[in-house]
Amino acid sequence: MEKFKQVISTAVPMPIEDIDTDQIIPARFLKATSREGFGDNLFRDWRYNSDNSPKVDFVLNSDEYSGKILVAGRNFGCGSSREHAAWALHDYGFKVVVSSFFADIFKGNALNNGLLPVQVSDDFLASLLEAVSENPQTEISVNLEAQEISFDGHREAFEVNAYKKECLLNGYDDIDYLVSIKDEIEAYEASSIVI
Amino acid sequence: MAKTLFDKVWDAHVVKQLEGDIDVLYIDRHLIHEVTSPQAFSELENRNLPLFRKEKMVATPDHNIPTKDQHLPIREALSKHQVDTLVQNCEKFNVELYGLGHPFQGIVHVIGPELGITLPGRTMVCGDSHTSTHGAFGAIAFGIGTSQVAQVMASQCLLQSKPKTMRITIDGELKQGVLAKDIILYIIAELTAAGGTGYFVEYAGPAIESLSMEARMTICNMSIEMGARGGMIAPDQTTFDYIDGREFAPQGKAFTKAVEQWKTLKTDEGAVFDKEYHFDAADIEPMITYGTNPGMGIKITKPVPVSLGEGSQDSFKKSLSYMGFEPGESLLGKPINHVFIGSCTNSRIEDLRIVADYVKGKKKADNVSAMIVPGSKQVEKQAKEEGIDQVLAEAGFELREPGCSACLGMNEDKVPAGEYCVSTSNRNFEGRQGPGARTLLASPLVAAVTAVEGKIVDITKHLN
Ligand code: SF4
Repeated sequence: MEKFKQVISTAVPMPIEDIDTDQIIPARFLKATSREGFGDNLFRDWRYNSDNSPKVDFVLNSDEYSGKILVAGRNFGCGSSREHAAWALHDYGFKVVVSSFFADIFKGNALNNGLLPVQVSDDFLASLLEAVSENPQTEISVNLEAQEISFDGHREAFEVNAYKKECLLNGYDDIDYLVSIKDEIEAYEASSIVI
Repeated sequence: MAKTLFDKVWDAHVVKQLEGDIDVLYIDRHLIHEVTSPQAFSELENRNLPLFRKEKMVATPDHNIPTKDQHLPIREALSKHQVDTLVQNCEKFNVELYGLGHPFQGIVHVIGPELGITLPGRTMVCGDSHTSTHGAFGAIAFGIGTSQVAQVMASQCLLQSKPKTMRITIDGELKQGVLAKDIILYIIAELTAAGGTGYFVEYAGPAIESLSMEARMTICNMSIEMGARGGMIAPDQTTFDYIDGREFAPQGKAFTKAVEQWKTLKTDEGAVFDKEYHFDAADIEPMITYGTNPGMGIKITKPVPVSLGEGSQDSFKKSLSYMGFEPGESLLGKPINHVFIGSCTNSRIEDLRIVADYVKGKKKADNVSAMIVPGSKQVEKQAKEEGIDQVLAEAGFELREPGCSACLGMNEDKVPAGEYCVSTSNRNFEGRQGPGARTLLASPLVAAVTAVEGKIVDITKHLN
């Protein structure tokens, strides 16, 4: 996994609540057996008509908005556990998703793929969405080390699990660690009564 | 100290604790399917890692398979490749596979319990969010992403922070025509689609205890639809009777001994939950959803709300406009052209019996196409033995072969754009059953009545 330190970028606003992973990547695009290429079908049914022409009013098709940060309404990533949702967002070029609430499994999947979920207060989210909508050039800074997000003089601290933060900053993942404690896992197996 | 059921099972599986409130959690059983496992197998190969405990894994294809002519090669090239990849990976890594045509094949969350793989006190995971189903046995079961599938393959463990605990108690007795599906749709409507996020839920109380194992699985299955990591129900005599004699369950003396241990798996008197809810079974009526998340459910006789208390009005309007419904309107009398009975929520033998009991001697309405997809080969076989296939055929229902089917529309079983489908599955997201499809979630009984009437009706007026 690549290291994650800080992202300074413009953002794409998506002020919709309960965006589920079926919208992020519909099931019919889950047939691949590798991790690459999912970005092409990110938000497929919101982004394209059934004849594959782009839907002009969808934000990913606008010339105005672009950037490495997606700003979305609350309860982002609910529904299916498909990690393909995190792969699609990352593959498309997003490094950060900002929302006031994330679904659990999505949050874990994002962190395992170097995509940082930044949970902010409802008020901060509202002012961020307003600022970005008014001025698409608004620059947002997300600093993982300092656990702080800021734009136009507004700033807010965000939480991230200490272990996950270390992993992201250093580009480690969980498998490396788990494999390194094999002896302890075997000792647990030998001593446990569970079947 | 008094402990919850959840704490008892979790604590027994902690290999070690890390800083930052992270536990190394041991996983007893790992179920895999064709869609979320290929990249995990590649991960192991890329890192040159062996499979740590192959005997604790079971594989079956379910999401991406046709539900017709399963004996023939899969026609769609990408789907075929994905299913073939599962077969090859299982051969290469020596994993038990119940492939197409095998008598144990089926939806992963249907076969675990029916084969006796799902047992009280176990930890279970699968790269699928509805793994919560297995919690009905007093197991801790939850869905994981593909990176975590690889972690379990490599170490039989996961790094997890312990969720908070919630108990939902349902007192009283259920009314006629109210099924487990109505209970869980009611709970999600009360708590919202995000109301359980961060929690592991225990369902308790007389109304829950009175339920069969199939019904308990329906409830735990949809825990994820309120955002919860999982749901569980304390094992009792109903649980033990269900497990007794199943293929991979402990047998004879080992079973008796196991039951003694399983009996300890209940929440101690005085144990404290982070959150508690109480509902009265008498308040629950047959439910249906009108919107595009499972929290948007109403009693079937009540109108669509005028607004949603929390959240933005824009998201609510977007949802209603997708569904083609107006705020405040009643759904009664709405014509419905598709009925889907299936998915890991409602495709077990009991669900098929409920449908068959109702439609026996009746016919589906002409405007409806009614598809019924059993959850597994074993369910299919039993349905045939009981003559359910005949009853369904005479009523004009099409009985398919086992798989996820129109629950997620990954294969060709899709609902056409703009059309309504009353579905016993668990998600009514935009496009879930096919691009533009409009899904209304309901119980198998509501689905059966809708198929016969061709429109949404107050089902309580149609019961004997
Ligand atoms: S039936 Fe539906 S919800 Fe259940 S495992 Fe299959 S796709 Fe997922």
